[in-house]
Amino acid sequence: MISAVVILALSGLAFGAILAFAARKFFVPVDERIETIRNLLPGANCSACGHASCSSYAEAVVSKGAPVDACKVGGAAVASKIAGVMGVEAVLDEEAKVAEVMCRGGRSAAPHSYEYMGISDCKAASLPMLHGGPKMCEYGCLGFGTCVRSCPFDAMYMGDDGVPVVDRDACTACGKCVEACPKHLIRLVPRSKKIHVVCSNRDRGPVARKVCKVACIACGACVRACKVGAISLRDNVALIDYSKCTECGECVAKCPTKCIIEVPRVEDTKGGTQSAQGEVA
Amino acid sequence: MNLTFPGGVHVPYYKSGSKDKAIRKTRLPQRVVIPLSQHTGAPCEPLVEKGQVVKVGQKIGDSSAFVSAPIHASISGKVASIEPLQHPALGKKVMSVVIESDGGDEVAETIAPKPDPFAMDPEEVKSVIREAGIVGLGGAAFPTSVKISPPKDKKIDSYILNGAECEPYLTSDHRLMVERPREAIFGLKVLMYATGVKRGYVCIEDNKPEAIDAMKKAIGSDSNIKLVVLESKYPQGSEKHLIKAVLGREVPSGGLPFDVGAMVSNVGTAIAVADAFITGMPLVQRVITVTGSAIANPANLEVRIGTLFSDIIEEVGGFSSPPGKVIMGGPMMGIAQWSLDVPVIKGTSGILVMAQNEIDMVGPFPCVRCARCVDVCPMNLLPLFLGAYAERGLYADAEAYRALDCIECGSCAYVCPARRPLVQAIRTAKSEIMAKRRAKAQSAVAAKA
Ligand code: SF4
Ligand code: SF4
Ligand code: SF4
Ligand code: SF4
Repeated sequence: MISAVVILALSGLAFGAILAFAARKFFVPVDERIETIRNLLPGANCSACGHASCSSYAEAVVSKGAPVDACKVGGAAVASKIAGVMGVEAVLDEEAKVAEVMCRGGRSAAPHSYEYMGISDCKAASLPMLHGGPKMCEYGCLGFGTCVRSCPFDAMYMGDDGVPVVDRDACTACGKCVEACPKHLIRLVPRSKKIHVVCSNRDRGPVARKVCKVACIACGACVRACKVGAISLRDNVALIDYSKCTECGECVAKCPTKCIIEVPRVEDTKGGTQSAQGEVA
Repeated sequence: MNLTFPGGVHVPYYKSGSKDKAIRKTRLPQRVVIPLSQHTGAPCEPLVEKGQVVKVGQKIGDSSAFVSAPIHASISGKVASIEPLQHPALGKKVMSVVIESDGGDEVAETIAPKPDPFAMDPEEVKSVIREAGIVGLGGAAFPTSVKISPPKDKKIDSYILNGAECEPYLTSDHRLMVERPREAIFGLKVLMYATGVKRGYVCIEDNKPEAIDAMKKAIGSDSNIKLVVLESKYPQGSEKHLIKAVLGREVPSGGLPFDVGAMVSNVGTAIAVADAFITGMPLVQRVITVTGSAIANPANLEVRIGTLFSDIIEEVGGFSSPPGKVIMGGPMMGIAQWSLDVPVIKGTSGILVMAQNEIDMVGPFPCVRCARCVDVCPMNLLPLFLGAYAERGLYADAEAYRALDCIECGSCAYVCPARRPLVQAIRTAKSEIMAKRRAKAQSAVAAKA
């Protein structure tokens, strides 16, 4: 009995000593900054920064010199804090962004060219063999929601008319949906700007009119209406220069197909009234 | 026992509707739409302007890129416009030259028979083939002049003339072999001469006895060319599987036929090569099969490139019942069309119209793991896993399971009892994998610069 206690105590002491020695001998200095930066990051693990998780990004900043402003979710605020930790110049205060889908050609507005039977995924449906998808409009939203599924923040949902809607309060401008959309319809726009051209159809006017009721027909009414010259036509689509736009709303009033809109709209927060827009047009 | 490859499917052939119909020339179309991209490779730049008068055989588009083929006017008349129009294979609008016919069908002055190809330098033969705008007429439309210019270190010893025509419904190659066997063999000899190959093989499936007889006669006593009769099985006409069946060689993963010393051309291509020398006329027309349950009078037609599908349907007497699906090519690998306002291009082997009551829109159901797709895959892939990975966006896993080796033959989707959209899924994975590789290559270039 005694001997058992003694042996246990002695071996405990011996192993303790070995452990203490090893802890000194093989000590790997852990940079505290990694921990600090990890705590600064939002912890969403969305990987929009190009790293697998928030921790691996924190590690990359410290040990591999990754840029301090890569976290799209944290934005300028987090970037400047990380810059502080790393002792580098604070980055420019970039304007906050939000995602916007540049198409409103849902079921009620944009007809289909054929009956589609296949995988419910925009990438699969947009293969050349399938003529880019079942929408008559070659550029428009297919509505299979690949972007919705890609959003790590649940900031998108499918609108009633079959075009996704961004929940502006939840969107962190991580850009995942921008990458996911095979039709390149989603753009990160300045959060402060409310007026957008929500069409991406590059067909000439008469063709565009045929394939979608709410398409930009490149008529130029908005260009003429804009008093500050913020709108130009490029590839048959109106393009707003956000740095010039004063949000007067003249273009919204003049656009004959109502493809220039002012957000946030009722639909943005409630959803379900999208089809009304098609009927107006 | 006739030669073949492991795997594949025995499909019903449905060739009887058109296999005995002699090739017929169509009426001259009023208007042709000639896309400037009809081949694998760089699209052509237009060489004509709106309003310009063109003649048959006149070059109207060319490119300085190596992998490309020039494009010629298929009727004489005036260029009505050059604009982006719907393309039957690329799934988008493509720059096209629209020619309004003058009814005269006048041939360009430059068109004249070429001298004896066997007295020419092989390089010169290749340039005649390039100038004639010849591409593989089996469907892939790969420029023939590029195909017959393999890297210098590849030794080619066998030239295979592909007359398998394993796609159901199509009979245009069959008719060409029956009606123009001498030109086919002449074309093969020219191709063999251009590539310096001594042994030729003419491969035909055993369900085409008339073609076998005709080609045997045309080969005659030439001991360098051997006629090979193959088992009728899909996809026997795939390059890799022909090579396996005839030469017993396996094209390595990611490799091309020249890696195992072989070259394969379709019979239609060989005849186009023959015509480029005999008459000097470039590729301005081709033979297509128009068939299917909704076509009143199935036919094999010689049509000008650029003829609209709607004109061709009219030519064969219209639809006999409401059409459910219009396919360019065969039912296994063809491309479904949603409009008849698309033109016949160099790669159009046929127009297949299925009646509405033949199309059912059932499924897909969950995979039952029966492994039928695995049994038939001629590339020894595991289509069920490829499909499952692709549908979940796990493209890296699909790549590890050799998605890029898939030849998109459709055998797996054809046999699947659960009607899984396997080929669509695999194609999606392939295009995502390729896009990723391109992006990687681009960023590597950018990093170097
Ligand atoms: S909507 Fe787009 S940008 Fe916004 S959080 Fe979702 S994926 Fe990111
Ligand atoms: S925006 Fe793009 S990804 Fe989203 S549903 Fe439309 S086509 Fe699909
Ligand atoms: S996986 Fe590809 S090669 Fe294999 S049967 Fe399916 S389509 Fe054909
Ligand atoms: S044939 Fe269809 S059901 Fe059978 S294993 Fe393949 S994918 Fe699954």
